[in-house]
Amino acid sequence: MHDMLGSAELDALRLSLEVATGSVLCSLPVAILVAWLLTRTRFPGRVLFDAVVHLPLVLPPVAVGYLLLLLFGTRGPIGRWLYANFGIELAFSAKGAALATAVMTFPLMVRAIRISLDNVDRGLEAAARTLGAGALDRFATITLPLMLPGILAGIVMAFAAALGEFGAVITFVANIPGETRTLPLALYTAIQTPSGDALAARLAILSISLGLAGLLFAEWLARYIRRRLGR
Amino acid sequence: MLTVNVALRRGAFALQVAFAAPTPGIVAVFGRSGCGKTTLIDILAGLLKPDTGAVRLDDVVLLDTAAGYLLPAERRRIGYVFQDTRLFPHLDVRANLRYGEKRSPARPRTIGFDEVTALLGLAPFLARRPNSLSGGERQRVALGRALLSQPRLLLLDEPLASLDAARRDEVLPYLETLRDRLSIPMIYVSHQFEEVLRLADHVVLIEAGQVVAQGSVDEVSLRPELRAIVGTEAVGAVLEGTITAVEASGLAVLALGQGSLRLPAPGARVGSRARVQLLARDLILATEPAQGLSVRNSIKGEIVDIRAEEHEARLVTVDIGGASVLSRVTSEALESLQLSIGSPVWVLVKAVSMRSHPL
Repeated sequence: MHDMLGSAELDALRLSLEVATGSVLCSLPVAILVAWLLTRTRFPGRVLFDAVVHLPLVLPPVAVGYLLLLLFGTRGPIGRWLYANFGIELAFSAKGAALATAVMTFPLMVRAIRISLDNVDRGLEAAARTLGAGALDRFATITLPLMLPGILAGIVMAFAAALGEFGAVITFVANIPGETRTLPLALYTAIQTPSGDALAARLAILSISLGLAGLLFAEWLARYIRRRLGR
Repeated sequence: MLTVNVALRRGAFALQVAFAAPTPGIVAVFGRSGCGKTTLIDILAGLLKPDTGAVRLDDVVLLDTAAGYLLPAERRRIGYVFQDTRLFPHLDVRANLRYGEKRSPARPRTIGFDEVTALLGLAPFLARRPNSLSGGERQRVALGRALLSQPRLLLLDEPLASLDAARRDEVLPYLETLRDRLSIPMIYVSHQFEEVLRLADHVVLIEAGQVVAQGSVDEVSLRPELRAIVGTEAVGAVLEGTITAVEASGLAVLALGQGSLRLPAPGARVGSRARVQLLARDLILATEPAQGLSVRNSIKGEIVDIRAEEHEARLVTVDIGGASVLSRVTSEALESLQLSIGSPVWVLVKAVSMRSHPL
């Protein structure tokens, strides 16, 4: 492994995995909540809310990165508050890269979870109710387990997409080796470097392999769970 | 005593149901598909809120809209056996059964896990997933799951409707066992009169969201409103009596009012109660008892009502002393035998046309 991959590649790979993991962990609970709101509740402004959730899908990633910079940058209102109260600095850090990635992959995750929530038979929840289960109990013991295939599919999809996030990351947290230079950023840097062809090729192959592995794993997982759930 | 008085309007459909039934016992809610039966029991379960109304089970108020009181479904302790079973697909049979049991109060416990598995024969598939069970087995698990939640009242929504005839015959005896062994009041929704005949103590007849008749099974069987639901061919008086003898021929003697019927009753014991339906189309009216005929039963009675039906048919009600039977004959037959209200008459019934159901 070390013969084929230099420290630059390994750094980028490690960072990409860290950023993708962080972004998925942060966005998952929010995505479940948002999917629930969009599927099960009716409130004024729901359509607008739905559109805002999906906005990262259609916006230029650079625009998302720029918005994050405005809000979460050192001088942005949220960024300043986070730093003052918790000492958290998002701009130009790996944490910021995870945030940018989470925002970009959020719609993918919500979409997958929403579909699985739509497919949960409300009749089963009603049955649990007649058996004495309150709202939270029903969600934890019936709804959530039945949503599991969609949740896991959402996690894998979002994770695979997170590994490739470029525009929002480079705009929000720049391209700092070892701190925010993830795989796609390293690839971009290699292409820009006169003697970087070989490195660029290795990074591209690494990215393709990771992406493919992620998609195949998602498919296998979905089948496995469907079998486990007996459908 | 279960007292129900609820009203609900949804677009063009209006439900207005009031009835009182003794507890424990099985109340059959009988009516055609779409008449509002499921809506009614969803209200009883607390899954649907009526516009107005009150439901009271013995000394527990479940719902009283006038007082602004509604006990949430999860705290009603009303077991619900759904037509489509609604077993949890991600849990095995054991976990399905335990689901309600775990969430029920520690006491009073009316029935335990081992008793339920034994009563319903569930032991062989406790470790299996619901999707690997047959329709009948799934319905038995659903019954067990509801029973283990220690319900004050059990609602059964056409539990046999999605099963074929063979599976239905497999599940029905379990329902009879539950009726005989447990003292849990039940509401049994059905559109099959045979199920009502075999299980119910009290019948509430519903047509287009309204109660059109109610009472004991034998009372309701005589009501003209039933005909619209079961169809002309299935009209017939239900009689209840005690088996007084089992003859060497294998026929049992069922005492009814002043008379008695001889009929096949496999496994019947002397002294046990049984219910039988005499279909109006099977009964023959005669001016004298059967002679030189294969008919095994002749019962003396008096005509108390004659009702015109289509195709020159007449539905004749005959009082046989403490009970009434219905017979469908042609108007021509009545004229030629000179039968009218008040005429004494013999009712002839073929023994093999009847089937007794143990009570």
